[in-house]
Amino acid sequence: MLSAIRSRKRLQLLLGFLTGLLFGFLLQRGQVTSYGVIIGQLLLRDMTVIRVMLSAAVTGMVGLTVLGRLGLVTLHPKPGSAGTSIAGGLIFGAGFGLLGYCPGTMVGALGSGALDAASGIAGALFGAGIFAALYPRLSRGILGWGDFGDLTLPELLRVHRWVVVLPLSLLIVLFLVLSG
Amino acid sequence: MGELLRQAAWSPVAAGIGIGILALLCFLLSDKPLACSTSFARTSGMIERLLRGDRVLRKDYYRKFPPVIDWQWMLVAGIFAGALLSSLLSGTFRLEWVPAAWAGRFGETVLTRQLAAFAGGVLLGLGARWANGCTSGHGMSGIMQNAVSSWLATLMFFAGGAAAAAILYGKAG
Repeated sequence: MLSAIRSRKRLQLLLGFLTGLLFGFLLQRGQVTSYGVIIGQLLLRDMTVIRVMLSAAVTGMVGLTVLGRLGLVTLHPKPGSAGTSIAGGLIFGAGFGLLGYCPGTMVGALGSGALDAASGIAGALFGAGIFAALYPRLSRGILGWGDFGDLTLPELLRVHRWVVVLPLSLLIVLFLVLSG
Repeated sequence: MGELLRQAAWSPVAAGIGIGILALLCFLLSDKPLACSTSFARTSGMIERLLRGDRVLRKDYYRKFPPVIDWQWMLVAGIFAGALLSSLLSGTFRLEWVPAAWAGRFGETVLTRQLAAFAGGVLLGLGARWANGCTSGHGMSGIMQNAVSSWLATLMFFAGGAAAAAILYGKAG
């Protein structure tokens, strides 16, 4: 049943659009497509962005562990290294602070009328093009530094998934209650 | 229901739980993590192909991520439509050149804001590909899988973002 849905290409394009439609709706209604809300988070004055992200993370974390146990989903943790996650993450962060949107929220911001997001999108396309041009050199160098592959926290700590998911979920819920 | 659709904002926790459920549906129905930024690389490749022709397809990065419209590309298109729909239904849609918070610190000049947004976008697009994901792919989908790469990248997104915002707005801003 699921594999039949997953293998139909046209249906997947439609599902992608419908998923995006709901995602964009929820991002806008959660107010995280707003420049003021995102900058407020980065200045630590408004916890909206972190609250949305952690609510999504805890829902997904518990759901994936259950669905994984039932054999209904396969996890796809991204491989990484110190060179990709730390260096790339900091470059992204600098752009995040200067632009005041991230890739998904800037598309949503444009949809809700924020015209500065159009320049952000143009810039991000240019930036992605720069990366594609630099990729052969970077992949032989910094991207491989401190490579840890597609490691997950339970694998790193050599414990069962629930040993990570349960305490972490409780901590996140506690944070959501206290920051509300 | 109609009332709910017209509300200006929903609670961040309600919106977040909705996004979490959506991310689970992506794993179930599409076997893919909810993510955005690969589509920027694919689109960049499409534009480059228009300008420079098919030799663009031989670039290592576009062999890895061919410049074609796929599931995630449609998802990003959907974000635009969904945010437009949400803002129209709630009456929060407003054409705006300069966000109020920016104007309060740097003034109403459109060009200044557009240049900053473009420069920020370049770093964002470069960094998202460098880190192999963004606030969606790492920050939400990666963290829910407890991937080490995603926890580390997300901490850096916010550390870098907080540093940049502190420099721009200062302590008083």
